[in-house]
Amino acid sequence: MSFARLILSLTEGMGVSIYIFVVTLLVSLPLGLIVSFGRMSRNPVISGITKIYISIMRGTPLMLQLMVVYFGPYYIFGIKVSNGYRIWAALIGFAINYAAYFAEIYRSGIQSIPKGQYEAAQILGYSRVQTFFVIILPQVIKRILPSVTNEVITLVKDTSLAFTISVAEMFTTAKALASSQTSMMPFVAAACFYYVFNAVVAWGMDFLEKKMSYYN
Amino acid sequence: MALLELKNIKKSFDGEEILKDISLSVEEGKILSIIGPSGSGKSTLLRLATGLETIDGGEIVYDGNIAARTESGKVEYASKAELKKISSIFGLVFQNFNLFPHLTVLRNITDAPIRVQKRDKKEVEETARKLLDRMGLCDKADAYPCQLSGGQCQRVAIARALALNPRILFFDEPTSALDPELTGEVLKVIKSLADLHITMVIVTHEMAFARDISDEVVFMEHGVIVEQGTPEKVFSSENERMKSFLGRYQNL
Repeated sequence: MSFARLILSLTEGMGVSIYIFVVTLLVSLPLGLIVSFGRMSRNPVISGITKIYISIMRGTPLMLQLMVVYFGPYYIFGIKVSNGYRIWAALIGFAINYAAYFAEIYRSGIQSIPKGQYEAAQILGYSRVQTFFVIILPQVIKRILPSVTNEVITLVKDTSLAFTISVAEMFTTAKALASSQTSMMPFVAAACFYYVFNAVVAWGMDFLEKKMSYYN
Repeated sequence: MALLELKNIKKSFDGEEILKDISLSVEEGKILSIIGPSGSGKSTLLRLATGLETIDGGEIVYDGNIAARTESGKVEYASKAELKKISSIFGLVFQNFNLFPHLTVLRNITDAPIRVQKRDKKEVEETARKLLDRMGLCDKADAYPCQLSGGQCQRVAIARALALNPRILFFDEPTSALDPELTGEVLKVIKSLADLHITMVIVTHEMAFARDISDEVVFMEHGVIVEQGTPEKVFSSENERMKSFLGRYQNL
C-alpha cells in the first residue's frame, strides 16, 4: 500500500472523527447547560438525580459507557440493533458523557458571578430569563472558556475510543492498517492527524478567548 | 399621600433582629437621609424597600400601592404583576455600582429601558447621552466599566438608574467604596439631582452632605430609629448617642 493510499484511508476516518467531534459538541454544550440547571435546582429530587448522573459519567470509563450504550439495548432489552446503530451509539455515548463535564464547568462559572449582578438586574426590571441570557451567560462564557478548551481538546483525542464499538473513525482505520501491514506508519500518521486537528482547535479557542478579552 | 411608606418593618437574619419596628415615609420631591453606625440596619432597610430581601413583618406602600403587608402576623406580598408595576416606581444605586462589565457604558444605561420598558431605541440612546453629559461622562459612552474610575462607575450607575425614569431613587452608601476625591464628584452629581426635585432616600456616612442636601434625616442604631427630623434638629440633637456618633464628624 502506498503512502498516498494510507493518507487517503486515514483522511476518510478523519471525516468520521470530525463528525463525532462536531455533533458531540453541538449536543453536549446545550445539554450540559440544562444539566447544570438540574444540578443547581432547589428541588432535591431533580438535583439528586442530576448529581447521580454526573457522578456515574465522571466515575466510570468513557470506553465502558460507549459499550453500554451500544450493547445495552440487546443485552438488557433484547432489542436487535442494526449495524447503523454503531455511530448513533458513539454519538449518544460521547454527548451524555461530555454533557456531564460541561455541566460542572457551567455550574462553576454561574456560581462565580457576583450576587450584585443579579440584584442590579432585578432592580432594573429584567425577568429571570432575561437576566440569565443578557447579563449572566455572556460573563459565564468568558470565565469558563479556558476550562471548555481543555475539554474540547480532550474530546478530539477521545473520539478514538469509538474504535471499541468498531465505528470506522480514524483510529479504527489506523489500527486496522497497522495490523494488516505490520507497520508503525499508520500510527505515526494518525498521531500527526490528531495533533494537527488539535492545533486547529486550540487556535480557534484562543481566537475566541482573545475576542472575549475586551473587558476584564 | 406619601410616595413611600414603610410601616412597622421587622427583619431578622438567623434569629438576630436587624430591624425592630421601623416606620418612615417619604413625600414626593423630598430627600431623606438615613445615617447611623455600621450594622444599624440602614442598608437592610433599603434592601427590604426595594424587594431584594423580604420583610418579616410590617407594610410597604408605594404611592398607595401595597407591595407587602402583614395580616394577623403573616406577611403577604402583592402579585408578581403588581410588584413589577410597583418596582418601576423606584431605582437603586448600589455601594459597589454593580455595572454589567461585558456591556459598554451606553448599553449599561440603555439596555433595560429598551428591553424591559420596550421604549424606542433611538429615544433611549438620546436620553442616555444626555444623562451621560449631565454626569460629565459624554466621552465615555463606548468605554467598558473596567476602563473607568470608581467615581465614574458610580456616576454611570446613577445614569443607569435615572434612565428608567424612577419616581424615587434609593442610594445605598453610594460613596463608601470611593476615596475622598472621587466621593466629591459623586456627591456633586447627587446634589445636582436634588435641584431637579427627584425624590431620594440616601443611606450615607457623609454627614456634611446629609445635612446640606436633606429635607429630613433619620438616625438609626441597633435596628431602631433613634432620632428623626429636619437636619437642623437631628444634627443639634441633645440625644447622648447621637452626640457621640456625630462627635466623630467634628468638621461639619
